[in-house]
Amino acid sequence: MPIAGPIEALLAVTVVGAVTVFLTPDEYAAKLATGISLVPVAVSLWMYSVFEAGGNALTGGDLAFESTLAWISLGQYELAYHVGLDGVSLPLLLLTTVLTTLALVSSWTPIGERESQFYGLMLLMEASLIGVFAALDFLLWLVFWEFVLIPMYFLIGVWGGPRRKYAAIKFFVYTNVATLVMFIGFAALIFGLGDSISSFDLPEIAQALRTGGNLETFVGIEPPVLRLAAFTLMFAGFAVKVPVFPLHTWLPDAHVEAPTPVSVMLAGVLLKMGTYALLRFNFTMLGETAKANAGIIVAFGVLSVIYGALLALAQRDLKRIVAYSSISSMGYVILGLVAFTPHGFGGATFQMLSHGLISGLMFMAVGVIYNETHTRMVGDISGIADRMPWAVGVFVAAAFGYMGLPFMSGFAAEYIVFQGAFASQVIPAAPLVTAVTMFGIVVVAGYLLWAMQRTLFGEYSLETDYDVTRAPVQDVVPLVVLLVLVIALGSAPGLVYGMIQDAVNPLLYGGVLPW
Amino acid sequence: MVIDIAGASVPDWVALAPTVALGLGAMLLFVVDMVEPEPGTSSNATLAGISTLGALVAFLVAGSFLVIGVGQPDGTGAVSLFNDQLVVDGMSLFFVVIVGSVTALVSLASYDYLAGQRYQAEYYALVLLAATGMSLMASANGLATAFVCLELSSLPSYALVAFLKDNKGSVEAGLKYFLVGALSSAVLVYGISLVYAASGHLQFDAIAESLGAEPEFVGVLGIGVVMVLLGFAFKTASVPFHFWAPEAYEGAPAPVSAFISSASKAAGFVLAFRVFLTAFPEIGGLAGGDPAVDWIVAVQVLAVVTMTVGNFAAATQEKVKRMLAYSSVGHAGYALIGLAALNAPQQDFVLGASMMHLLVYGFMNTGAFLFVALTEHWDVGRTFQDFNGLSEQAPLACAAMTVFLFSLAGLPIGGGFVSKLYLLGATVQAGTWLLGAALVVNSALSLYYYSRVVRAMWFEEPDASLEVDSYPTSLYAAVVIAAVATVVLLPAFGLLSPSAIDAASVLF
Repeated sequence: MPIAGPIEALLAVTVVGAVTVFLTPDEYAAKLATGISLVPVAVSLWMYSVFEAGGNALTGGDLAFESTLAWISLGQYELAYHVGLDGVSLPLLLLTTVLTTLALVSSWTPIGERESQFYGLMLLMEASLIGVFAALDFLLWLVFWEFVLIPMYFLIGVWGGPRRKYAAIKFFVYTNVATLVMFIGFAALIFGLGDSISSFDLPEIAQALRTGGNLETFVGIEPPVLRLAAFTLMFAGFAVKVPVFPLHTWLPDAHVEAPTPVSVMLAGVLLKMGTYALLRFNFTMLGETAKANAGIIVAFGVLSVIYGALLALAQRDLKRIVAYSSISSMGYVILGLVAFTPHGFGGATFQMLSHGLISGLMFMAVGVIYNETHTRMVGDISGIADRMPWAVGVFVAAAFGYMGLPFMSGFAAEYIVFQGAFASQVIPAAPLVTAVTMFGIVVVAGYLLWAMQRTLFGEYSLETDYDVTRAPVQDVVPLVVLLVLVIALGSAPGLVYGMIQDAVNPLLYGGVLPW
Repeated sequence: MVIDIAGASVPDWVALAPTVALGLGAMLLFVVDMVEPEPGTSSNATLAGISTLGALVAFLVAGSFLVIGVGQPDGTGAVSLFNDQLVVDGMSLFFVVIVGSVTALVSLASYDYLAGQRYQAEYYALVLLAATGMSLMASANGLATAFVCLELSSLPSYALVAFLKDNKGSVEAGLKYFLVGALSSAVLVYGISLVYAASGHLQFDAIAESLGAEPEFVGVLGIGVVMVLLGFAFKTASVPFHFWAPEAYEGAPAPVSAFISSASKAAGFVLAFRVFLTAFPEIGGLAGGDPAVDWIVAVQVLAVVTMTVGNFAAATQEKVKRMLAYSSVGHAGYALIGLAALNAPQQDFVLGASMMHLLVYGFMNTGAFLFVALTEHWDVGRTFQDFNGLSEQAPLACAAMTVFLFSLAGLPIGGGFVSKLYLLGATVQAGTWLLGAALVVNSALSLYYYSRVVRAMWFEEPDASLEVDSYPTSLYAAVVIAAVATVVLLPAFGLLSPSAIDAASVLF
């Protein structure tokens, strides 16, 4: 297997780029970083165009751009640098590269100090996110997964708002503890598998767990209990990242304090790490356990949808509204995953992508308004639509995308999820549960329309002493690009849905355990 | 005796070349200082250069010996010298690599740190002499030799800690270090005498042979073994002889703290490894059967207590250097796992894990103390608060420090992540769950106090008086080199761990 593939190129460009930008004087950092970040965009688009893979990465499917290199041996286990993409990870990789470039452009206006460090960290975060979605060896994946936290910690803590230190540390503690919990769960599985695996290769572990019979009694814990315990620990660990109610409390703080481009990355890509990991680990490796406990899991999903939406309804801060609505949107992903239907898995993955774009768009739009008005409070602003027509126009369009307007990606994603969940054989009373969850959309529409009505339209007034003018071109361009992408995915979901379906379908067959 | 190195037949003492390089460097420093027209006026650059070069040669020669197979089973085999009093094998060379790299970094950094100080030649000569002692400790193959080598490394260290003669803290630290050192040396020697009484030998292999699996005088021997263990606890800054460490590290010039906490600790460990695995394997039950003197349990207790004491004490400190000192105690506890988990099926893996941890630790801990040296050079103060906002003026150095601290905590930014994973794997293999749990809990706790420094440097607003006026080249170079090495050890871990495990496997 050749080692110098496009994934290595992506990692190399972003890491070397990050170091270069870090050492560059502040005045050139923004343009240089943006320029460098175009390379991963080009490479990943090329990868999309030549992508040829079939099946799921963990169930023996054909992988694209795969490469393997022995790394370290840990006792009986041979650990390797093993990367590769399937139809689930490629779209998320594309999301990462595109969103990073747009976030970098949107940083030009708000980020005014210590620029070389800021842009260096953003590129470093891109590198580790690429690694998370590409890695197929547990330890390699864990390295990238943990490493994402480090740039994020600094990005919130150094460039954040007034309570940035609190938010950064809360984020760091929550997610690190989550990783530890998840690690213990996964380690228990590995020990339970004993001699039936000889590496931490995720496909190998997934196969061993899906075939059944390989899991042995471990320190007196019977295999079924071990499965359930590992599933619970891993679910709890990943749920923090998603975040799933009630482990979401770090999210609003982190979002409110983080500067706009960092919020974009946090909501757009970092939350997807959680759902991606749930799909890869819990729902692929321990599918039977997930099915057996579908009722409880779906309850978490539905609660996240409804509770997140209700919390959003209660906020005055535009950024908080978007942040809480993310919790709501990620609830749909859980609903889709636990449905165990083709459209459930497919819709969940599509929703990850769609929410990445729309929430990024929303955060950017709020950021642009904030750049001009220096406030995000709903009551402080009104009637700015006349003064910044482009930015407000995009904001309105994004909000409708969130509400699920047809021909926007949000509609396609939620429609597929609902279709998948409705037909589910696994969720108890699936049609009823789905209908209840749909109610979340009504609440979303409620708070978004209300917020827009008060801030964007009506008589112009502003509580802060700033003169609102048209937003600068550099602020609007990423908004428009994202909007185009949202509409493109909404009008032609087939652009990615084919490869997603191809990758998630194998998860529905096999994996039946004989105990 | 003649051995074959890279195709050439050379006398067997050539295998000691890395140690010889260190010793010769020290002698050369004395000579250079003496032939100067006025004694004590030698240029700092020359002295630092000789010292760094000597350490670098030791590091490179030891490294290349490892690569070409000197002292290893597939090469020359272990080289025994001076009636088996010294032995050169993979284990000794591996630790000379650690000692050499740390000494080189410390010498390099001292160039800026010592600018304007008196007695520079003495400083560098003492560093190299101590390093010579440490590299001999890695080769010592008898209890008497071990004791002499240990003293050779300790005596210069006492003087180095008290090097800032006008600084009360430094002198006090030197005195405390010396007194605890003298006490622990006495304990060690007494332990050696008891072991000699029970076995009739001082050479390690001879001790093991004479003791067998069921020795006579178990009581005397047991007390002797425990006292030897305590003697090494001093050198490695483990409980119960750890309390000199925070005082000495804090009072000493920061490069000396780096040197003692990294190189001296590693040397203490290699000696402990060799004594317990060569002289006391059977009585510890390593060859199977019931242990006559169950030192593994003793080490397990020491390891858990050491890591817990070190980490909890570190969490309550207000001064950065003291925090690092206690964290260094904690890391001694981690490294003790190499002995404590030896009842695992793959013993070479367990010991190799500990060796790799000491290697990575050599870079990350040295780097962290050298960063403190940098702050002392700038006079920014010693507490966490004094570091506030330092990153605005020195982003590169602070980035390096962040790498050290996160790697020490075990985040995947440097080799510390994989080495801790190895140690965890070792405890799991041995089935010592308590040890593994202590490792995980303490690592998690350590993130708290390490990130306090990170937080101060990056998140807090700087004090108005904070002013970084110079960027000393050699200190910066040493810090950056250590940071790069720490990071590179993450992907390159797999290239080095086999040599550690191979070196360890020879001892079983």
